[in-house]
Amino acid sequence: MMSNMKTMFDLNKIDSQGGKVETTNQHSEQTAMNALEVRNLNFFYGAFQGLKNINLDIEQGKVTAFIGPSGCGKSTLLRTLNRMYDLYPGQRAEGEINFYGQNILEPGQDLNLLRSRIGMVFQKPTPFPMSIYENIAFGVRLYEKLSRSEMDERVEWALNKAALWTEAKDKLNQSGLSLSGGQQQRLCIARGVAVKPSVILLDEPTSALDPISTGKIEELINELKHEYTIAIVTHNMQQAARVSDYTAYMYLGSLVEYGKTDEIFIKPKRKETEDYITGRFG
Amino acid sequence: MPDKHLSSQFDADLNSLSSRLLEMGGLVESQIATAMRAFTQMDIDTCNIVIENEKLVNDLEIQIDLACTEVIARRQPTARDLRLVMAVSKAITNLERAGDEAERVAKRTKRLIESGSAHNINVAEIRLSGQMAITLLRRSLDAFARLDTTAAAEVVAEDRQIDEEFRGFVRKLITYMSEDPHMISTGLDMLTIAKAIERIGDHAKNIAEFVIYVAKGSDVRHIPHEDLVREANKQ
Repeated sequence: MMSNMKTMFDLNKIDSQGGKVETTNQHSEQTAMNALEVRNLNFFYGAFQGLKNINLDIEQGKVTAFIGPSGCGKSTLLRTLNRMYDLYPGQRAEGEINFYGQNILEPGQDLNLLRSRIGMVFQKPTPFPMSIYENIAFGVRLYEKLSRSEMDERVEWALNKAALWTEAKDKLNQSGLSLSGGQQQRLCIARGVAVKPSVILLDEPTSALDPISTGKIEELINELKHEYTIAIVTHNMQQAARVSDYTAYMYLGSLVEYGKTDEIFIKPKRKETEDYITGRFG
Repeated sequence: MPDKHLSSQFDADLNSLSSRLLEMGGLVESQIATAMRAFTQMDIDTCNIVIENEKLVNDLEIQIDLACTEVIARRQPTARDLRLVMAVSKAITNLERAGDEAERVAKRTKRLIESGSAHNINVAEIRLSGQMAITLLRRSLDAFARLDTTAAAEVVAEDRQIDEEFRGFVRKLITYMSEDPHMISTGLDMLTIAKAIERIGDHAKNIAEFVIYVAKGSDVRHIPHEDLVREANKQ
């Protein structure tokens, strides 16, 4: 119980700007800080090993993209970053994932709190069957006690962050399900942003969307990265090239290459990476 | 890993870019050779052939540029594919300019013939560097076709010999012109021709540098030659 309390306290110290925990940076000599540091991570679906000895740093305030063919482990890796896998029995992770210096794989974590600090948006928009306003307020109420006016402000702030306020402000009491697919996805992002997380995980957030909605989400990612750390899984390599600062190429559960997006897409170091991103992967 | 794209049309598009670059290279090489023949023989009809064919070079540049743009628009190439498209786009600019230089040689030769003062200066260096430039351009295109970075590095090194010939010829021209002011007009035409050939060598060198860029991903422009050789031989 004591350790639970301590963990909650520590996680609470990590604010949306990256927190107060000092960490050293692995891949930059600048003052850049890593939001997440993955060390010797192995992941198992029962007997099947889905991730093999992953080591990587996710820099604060940057967009990191995970690319690779289906089944390579990129979504699995994303799901370990806020322990989403814990919802499913038989799945387990070994190694370390340090979130501003704190290993979130250690037992005794408050997973709800963790997931409010490291939010996630899924492939298909998943608005709750309630009003647009409530979709956002629902999560906030779990963590904060706000007055009505404060909650109104928070909802407006979150919808603004997700570039949805103009379209939604006159129908806040309508069901979130009444929005278009692209708007629903932005509502989900607003919902994630509303609890002021530090990191946002996006699992193929635009694969169910048309090109215009996709463009809006990509623009949103570009806006949000100034305040949040973003990790995105995408099947669309051009999307990774457009939106990310760092790109990780994964294959068969291993991290093949990780580096600056410009380098990966112009001059990758590994032939396997080049074959994949140039479409020679067979 | 396979060396072909999942899309065979993408392979075909990229192969087409490379082969059309070589086609244009062949045409420019022929233009330079014809211009040098016109200069050596002081033949006005041969000059006119070069001037007439120049528009074929320009047309090819526009066509290949369009093909590059289409590949980018349709395929969004990355990594070595992207480098190839960028290099082809730049190489054809160099070829087009080399073609312009061939035309310049032809036009100045025509003027020399018309002025009747062509044979007053010993032009051994121009003939020699003209042959060297043609060879260098051919070798740079061969290196491009095979993505042979070692051969490309040799082309870059040998461009210096053309530069040396040019400097030698300029020194000689200055002597001619200072001895006899009546030679100045002819001397300036000769200087333009020599400079055109020297520029053709530069274009061949640029194309050779693009070979290293495509194959190794390193931009070797404006770096010391030793570094260029190291990049060219990098595994």
